[in-house]
Amino acid sequence: MRADVVLAGVGGQGVLTIARLLAEAAANDGFHVVQGELHGMSQRGGAVQAHFRLSDQPIESPQVPRGRADLLVGFEPLETLRNIAWLAPGGRIVTAIRPIENMPGYPPIEQVLAELRRFPEAILIDAHATALAAGSQRAENFVIAGAAFSLLPLTPGKLRAIVRKRAERWTEREGEAAIKALAAGRAAIGGAEPVHG
Amino acid sequence: MTTTTRPAAGSAADLMLGDDAVALGALHAGISNAYAYPGTPSTEIFARLIREAAAGSAVIAHWCTNEKSAFEGAIGASLAGRRALVTMKHVGLNVAMDPFVNAALVGLGGGIVLAVADDPGMHSSQNEQDSRCLADFARVPCFEPATAQEAYDLTREAFVVSERLQVPVLVRLVTRLCHERSMVRTAPPEPPKPLHKAGPRQDWVLLPANARRLWGELLALQDEMRLANEASAHNRRTDGAGRRGVLTTGIGRRYFGEVLPEMTARPPHLHIGTFPLPKDLVRAFAADLDSMLVLEDGYPYVERQLPGLVPSRCKILGRESGALPAAGELNVVNVRAAFGLPALQLHESVLLNVPARPPRLCDGCVHRDSYAAMQQVIADLGIGAITGDIGCYTLGALPPYEAIDSCVCMGASIGMAKGASDAGLRPAVAVIGDSTFLHSGIPPLIDAIGHDTDMTVLILDNETTAMTGGQPTALPTSRLMPVVLGLGVDPAHVHLFSAHPRKVQELAALIKQEIAHAGLSVIVVQRECVQAARQRKKHES
Ligand code: SF4
Repeated sequence: MRADVVLAGVGGQGVLTIARLLAEAAANDGFHVVQGELHGMSQRGGAVQAHFRLSDQPIESPQVPRGRADLLVGFEPLETLRNIAWLAPGGRIVTAIRPIENMPGYPPIEQVLAELRRFPEAILIDAHATALAAGSQRAENFVIAGAAFSLLPLTPGKLRAIVRKRAERWTEREGEAAIKALAAGRAAIGGAEPVHG
Repeated sequence: MTTTTRPAAGSAADLMLGDDAVALGALHAGISNAYAYPGTPSTEIFARLIREAAAGSAVIAHWCTNEKSAFEGAIGASLAGRRALVTMKHVGLNVAMDPFVNAALVGLGGGIVLAVADDPGMHSSQNEQDSRCLADFARVPCFEPATAQEAYDLTREAFVVSERLQVPVLVRLVTRLCHERSMVRTAPPEPPKPLHKAGPRQDWVLLPANARRLWGELLALQDEMRLANEASAHNRRTDGAGRRGVLTTGIGRRYFGEVLPEMTARPPHLHIGTFPLPKDLVRAFAADLDSMLVLEDGYPYVERQLPGLVPSRCKILGRESGALPAAGELNVVNVRAAFGLPALQLHESVLLNVPARPPRLCDGCVHRDSYAAMQQVIADLGIGAITGDIGCYTLGALPPYEAIDSCVCMGASIGMAKGASDAGLRPAVAVIGDSTFLHSGIPPLIDAIGHDTDMTVLILDNETTAMTGGQPTALPTSRLMPVVLGLGVDPAHVHLFSAHPRKVQELAALIKQEIAHAGLSVIVVQRECVQAARQRKKHES
């Protein structure tokens, strides 16, 4: 049992936080885990990428090799597209659809989404609207996290437990919104089968 | 070749960054002191130490003004018989080279471990220099962990070696390891070393007579260092089939491990985790080989040592031979290619290209005001030389501002503006952040004062070391002006400007006024970094 995941988004979206929480949930579930990321210049509204590998066997490479991701988790549609080369044949995509246009030459969003829909396994989620409905637009990353988590071969509830623990440091409202957003993300996936490499 | 571990029942294991593992390794080795200057990807080592100190650890962990000062602090701690950790990014070691090289000569008391984070691929750096070469230059051991667990173990071990040989030991990290979370099992901590002044004096005073003797002793130690590595458990040979061997160092082993299941047979393999290179081990390994592929992240450091060690029939393959790219990181793609494995089929976007999303200054960033003002100045006066420096404000080189001409190394803006002005390229304007100014902008400013150079220095004071995550600067804003004035800049041409988006015109006018002055001027443009302000408010509430 193993799963290789690449997460992509824009600096400030909480991509690294989610990658870390997923890794903690998997470690807590008894898996070998390696999770890598790049900080630094990329945090200033630039492109951000994180890797997360889980396996019941020891893991070697710190990064998911290009062409090997079982799951590509996008927090922003253009960033999902930027990282498409990581996706394995038959790999799954979960992506938010709201564009963050903090750059010159952002292509028309319809074109970006059409491109993503070419992948039959892509699940496009209006994470922004879902997060708003869950009570906080800032919980968008947790909607995506909830969706991604339910596609991983992990014990249901593990991520929620990790988030709850983390939320002890947040305001009550933030914590509640995150938990609700996780559930909303899971619901958005429906009953899709987990990925496995 | 096992890399990650699950927590074994009952052991203290945690998911942590490679950087955290170095911090804990040092802490558990009983360090008393730690010094650093922030630099990606090394910063989190120190962030962890500061958290541990706040949680009650007795360690003294100080951010320093620059890497040289940091390293000298560690030498002082060693003189006191205490163990000390110093951390920095690779280019920081250029700044600390003087104390680092000379610390190898003195008779260290407490161990000194220098953790340096290299950045192959230049994710957030201006070059990809390989610190293993600098440890070699200083004639000291270098440990190169492959995993976060090894980062913990080797950091602890480095203190023992440092004390045994009385030389600093360099722990060489790379970005992917620094910023990788995996499971690390820790061991019970050692107590700190007692205060005990190291001696004798003739081992610490590097007058030529002493230095010649100590240099001889250091050279005589080289063989002992190598022999220890010949027997080290971190340098392992694994037998395999065929006559095409693989030599890995540090994280290179992990990429080999990743592609191994796809090979028809396991090739003979030698992994090296500690330097100087155990040459006997390499010689014996190479004896029956027809070729040796070297997988090392960074420079072809081992590859270049192989001619003469391996039989002439054995072909050396690596980054220098062209079997692997000379620049950038190792990764599974280029390692697969080096083994002749077929490339993987990759998806691509049919949208011709996905446009880049470059990093940018935050909305509301004070530097936006400064660069908006500079754009007006450039429009009115034309460009002479606008020399930039290292920090968030380096982004001023990119659109939409395109307002600086250079970014070379920490503090270079001021020395370069002086040189450009001396050479006749005017107006000469240096743009430097407060933290960078304190790091290495003061000596060149003194040079400019000495000659009343016709140039204008803009110190962009955002009250923090923003780019690396908001570490406090060595001096608060309130003390920056007294420093500038105290150095001797003519007070009539020193200004403190409190920036505001509505005052861009005013700032542009002030810069133009000082450019018109045919001598040295300094303008400190001040407003807190919005990220730092956010953190501070969160902290306060
Ligand atoms: S982190 Fe601070 S200094 Fe850096 S771009 Fe953002 S506001 Fe400006």
